[in-house]
Amino acid sequence: MIEAILLTIVTASTPLLLAAIGELVVERSGVLNLGVEGMMVMGAVGGFLGMMWTGNPFIGAIVGILFGMALSALFGFLVLSLATNQYATGLALTILGLGLSGLLGEAYVGRSAIRMPALDIPVLTDLPIIGRLVFGQDLIFYVSIALVIGVAWFLFSTKQGLTLRAIGDNHASAHALGIKVIRYRYLAVLFGGGCAGLAGAYLSLVYTPQWAENMTAGRGWIALALVVFASWRPARVLAGAYLFGAVSIGQLHAQALGIAIPSQLLTALPYLATIVVLVIISQNRRLTMINTPASLGKSFVPDR
Amino acid sequence: MRIELIKRGTPSATLRYLSPIIGLTLAVITGAIMFAIMGKDPAVALYVYFVEPLTEAWSVHELLIKAAPLILMGAGLSVCYLSNNWNIGAEGQFIVGALAGSIFPVLFTGFDSFIVLPSMVIFAMVGGALYAGIPALLKAKFNTNEILTSLMLVYVAERLLDWLVRGPWRNPGGMNFPESVRFPEFARIPQLMPADGRANWGFIASVIVAIAIWVMLSRTLKGFEVKVIGTSPRAGRFAGFSATNMIFFSFMLAGACAGLAGIIEVAGASGQLRPIISPGYGFTAIIVAFLGRLNPLGAIVAGLVLALTYLGGEAAQISLQISDKATRVFQGALLLYVLACDTLILYRVRFTRTPRATVEAAE
Repeated sequence: MIEAILLTIVTASTPLLLAAIGELVVERSGVLNLGVEGMMVMGAVGGFLGMMWTGNPFIGAIVGILFGMALSALFGFLVLSLATNQYATGLALTILGLGLSGLLGEAYVGRSAIRMPALDIPVLTDLPIIGRLVFGQDLIFYVSIALVIGVAWFLFSTKQGLTLRAIGDNHASAHALGIKVIRYRYLAVLFGGGCAGLAGAYLSLVYTPQWAENMTAGRGWIALALVVFASWRPARVLAGAYLFGAVSIGQLHAQALGIAIPSQLLTALPYLATIVVLVIISQNRRLTMINTPASLGKSFVPDR
Repeated sequence: MRIELIKRGTPSATLRYLSPIIGLTLAVITGAIMFAIMGKDPAVALYVYFVEPLTEAWSVHELLIKAAPLILMGAGLSVCYLSNNWNIGAEGQFIVGALAGSIFPVLFTGFDSFIVLPSMVIFAMVGGALYAGIPALLKAKFNTNEILTSLMLVYVAERLLDWLVRGPWRNPGGMNFPESVRFPEFARIPQLMPADGRANWGFIASVIVAIAIWVMLSRTLKGFEVKVIGTSPRAGRFAGFSATNMIFFSFMLAGACAGLAGIIEVAGASGQLRPIISPGYGFTAIIVAFLGRLNPLGAIVAGLVLALTYLGGEAAQISLQISDKATRVFQGALLLYVLACDTLILYRVRFTRTPRATVEAAE
């Protein structure tokens, strides 16, 4: 029973973690992409279509990544090359992604996907409680954990990571030092798009192996909130994603137990929890001041 | 080839008016390509989308019904965005306004008086304003990101509406359908010209409100304050303007507009509450605000344009079997084009063909 609950928490948390870790890198570079929801839902439809075309969920996941990256490339072009307003462009990206995914997936609504197989190592996976949890997950779960470690290492232990953070804190100075601000940001935005796409593909290939319109149901926005909650720290994104996964699963179990609260109000819980957590975090002004990338959301036009 | 932006000495006045038109044209071209890919004749599809709805009186009435909420929320959101307050939760404020305004006709069905309708309108505006006041309060007091909180409250409002119409507010004589009682005649917004179509006074109200907000923005000190705080919070502080008060002012004004839009929809065209009362008007209103240049008068025109996309989308779905999702794609593409064209106001765009190495050598 406990193992089953823990397993569902992991599946609920992984898409949040993937989308949030990608957005963390984007925001560390000083760009705010509010289109996570749109890129994620495109990843979901891309993953499903890729699986349908090839019969292979792994290729599906790659198609999902590419769909997310394609949408983020559009965002990058507008925000980085044309210096458009980042807030409005991100919102437009979400509207576009929700519409486009609905259109692409319309013929596939209700058909079920081939679920991505989970790992099965003879002895280890059969260990009690932790066996399935640690050694018996799907590939994307391991990718998500690896990404957190990789991003933490990249941002805080490499020269390029330091450069990326410098760009996020002061793009004008970085530019004056001869750093290719726009190029770094393009790469960060594409990385974020790929992560959001993979997060979406996880939804349509593992979490609920099918395609449904708007199936991300605000998870992209929760991922954005997680980045703030984590005060732009990879390890805290990991903790936050699992906390939110636990809240949303707890809400499901409360429904199953027949607690006398209307189901609609229970499903509103993850959103209310997001607000509460954001309030608690942002109340600590010092914490946010220290960690918020100072150039976040500001347009940059290199002068020459 | 690379794109280079060169800042103009002064923003181009011509392009300020031209940019939404260029954006719209590009979006229409994109729409035509999209229809062609879907295997439909683009000329026929564009006609069904953008021209046919305007050829019949009843259809123009439907256009006004859809335009009213878009104009109201677009005008309200313009004030938010001008003052740099990112309220993206108009959809939730619309729903809560509709719920607050429906208290009278749903709970006190027999209370027939001339004050019912005005009370519904006031309740709706107060409800919307208070709901918008939540992200405003959280931003002002705790510095919480208003984009995320206002959006999260949309999901909460949607579930609140769903619960009410399936639970406590369900019509007891409604065969278990998830809907409220039908509002009695005295709780309905009167129609403009019942002989021709369903359009009601809500449209007139939306235009009046938009004009009032325009007067406030362009002719009063408050409007000046909105723009100063939006463009330069520092200058605003020196002028003695309070950015905190502006958070509440802009959010609650937009919330009141959204609440009014909600009651106009519910007590106007539909006449009862259902689990879904808006086809995303609150999000489309964001596009309206930007297409209208963050100017409430522009929002009137932009609201009519986007109402046309909804109406054309419905017509195309019936006569050409084009998915209604195509409308969302078109709307999203429209906003992206408008934003891209806005760049032209401030910058000249130059395409450099020279390979990078030579440019650097020349420098």
